[in-house]
Amino acid sequence: MNRSFAESTARERVTHLLDADTFHEFLGPAERVVSPHLALLGVPSAFDDGVVIGGGLLAGQAVLLAAQEGEFMGGGVGEVHGAKLVGLFQRALVHKPAAVIVLAESGGVRLHEANAGLIAVSEVMRALLAVRAVGIPVMMLIGGANGCFGGMGLIARCADWVVMSDIGRLAMSGPEVIESSNGVEEFDSRDRALVWRTTGGKHRYLTDDCDVLVEDDMAQFRSAAIGLLGQPKPLSLAGLEVEHALLSDRLQRYGDCRDAMDIWQRAGVAEPLRVADMEADAIVRLKNMMEHLPKELA
Amino acid sequence: MNWEILLTALFGKTHDVKCDGDLLSGSAELNGQTVTVVGTTHHAAIGVELALAQARVVLNTVRDFPGRAIVLLVDTQGQRLRHRDELLGINRYMAHMGCCIELARQRGHRVIGLVYDQALSGGFITSGLMADACYALPEAEIRVMRLPAMARVTKIDEQRLAELSKSNPVFAPGVENYVAMGGIEALWTGDLQACLVRALQDAATVDERAAEGAARGGRLLAAQVTARVANA
Repeated sequence: MNRSFAESTARERVTHLLDADTFHEFLGPAERVVSPHLALLGVPSAFDDGVVIGGGLLAGQAVLLAAQEGEFMGGGVGEVHGAKLVGLFQRALVHKPAAVIVLAESGGVRLHEANAGLIAVSEVMRALLAVRAVGIPVMMLIGGANGCFGGMGLIARCADWVVMSDIGRLAMSGPEVIESSNGVEEFDSRDRALVWRTTGGKHRYLTDDCDVLVEDDMAQFRSAAIGLLGQPKPLSLAGLEVEHALLSDRLQRYGDCRDAMDIWQRAGVAEPLRVADMEADAIVRLKNMMEHLPKELA
Repeated sequence: MNWEILLTALFGKTHDVKCDGDLLSGSAELNGQTVTVVGTTHHAAIGVELALAQARVVLNTVRDFPGRAIVLLVDTQGQRLRHRDELLGINRYMAHMGCCIELARQRGHRVIGLVYDQALSGGFITSGLMADACYALPEAEIRVMRLPAMARVTKIDEQRLAELSKSNPVFAPGVENYVAMGGIEALWTGDLQACLVRALQDAATVDERAAEGAARGGRLLAAQVTARVANA
């Protein structure tokens, strides 16, 4: 019986990702490190401020990890939530784990603590990149119902590796925000198929923003994370030049596309309409085939 | 402040910074040293092109002028809110810009941010907030969201938010709030060139913003929580 990532709590995700009975939490709920700001606003707080952090073993190797709880304020990053993530990355510099893994589920900055959250996102980015600089790989695992948006979408793309399920979503601004700013004709947030094919795991995988695509199954997330152990991509000038070339090339190739299906077709997907109904492993096979197309066709 | 007036205040006539659309880029002389200047104007919406263009300037500096200081000039309404940008993965373009700034820092370039007009949400995270230190002009505006919009989203009465924001810097717009929380190092008044020279001299290479937020009373828990986790 598969255990769904999306339907699990943050603690369940951590438990099922790691080797059995190896998780130990830092600043767990018993310590009651809560947001100092929510009570002032009359909003209930959580004893972990919506993020579980700790250490454990993955395939026998020591890792540090964090899991955001989407059920609490959409996984929004506030002062304490952000500080826990920063602390985890700083800890990695001292303890040198085999990887730092973030099971991300967040709408981004928590608006109730907007200023603290905004600063915290940049602090997490810097702390994360300092970890990459010493050659410890950072992985983002995305598969929660709230997706990975805003500041967390930025943090995700600072990591070495991104793993998503086909129902996971990764983007900057939420469709509702874009619709309310620029109208329903710009982005219809109630058009689920449109939202999914613009921000969903399959699109991100087909366009290389996601490195490994899995089904909504904790066992598959776990295998993907194990498969990425020992593969750091330290920040370097050469690496960022490659990234820059990739992003420039994407803009040139697909900048005029109006829909994800236009991009897929241009990238070599013969039947873009079928993508929505394909299983994750079929998408992986499809992408392998695309990568072996002669360049002039691709 | 208009970008041309700002550049004259910072560098006199010793700069060749050009405005191309919403992008500002070029170099300037300061105290006998050349610095790279990159940023945006016209309250730019940061879309994929503008993120990439700024990243290019930073990368060129790292590649061609090792150690050269970089000044980031911030005037942005935030990330561009368009379907096309999301389709192309704008979060990756913006993160790339942030990574380029971080690379520069790691390779010994001093990076100073200056919010000279507006700094909103995502557009600020991947520019000024990635610098060694970020400063602001007193008349600048920094925010994630205005209070009326925040009241709608959080379903908390706007008057209540306004009242609470007098004593708590955590959610209301305003540069002073960001100073109190350590996100902005200080406000610049008077001789801006002298301010920049001092900022470049004082630039800390480690991120001390949480500790500063605690010392200034605007962000009491962040540094403490971070230390507890790091040393647990």
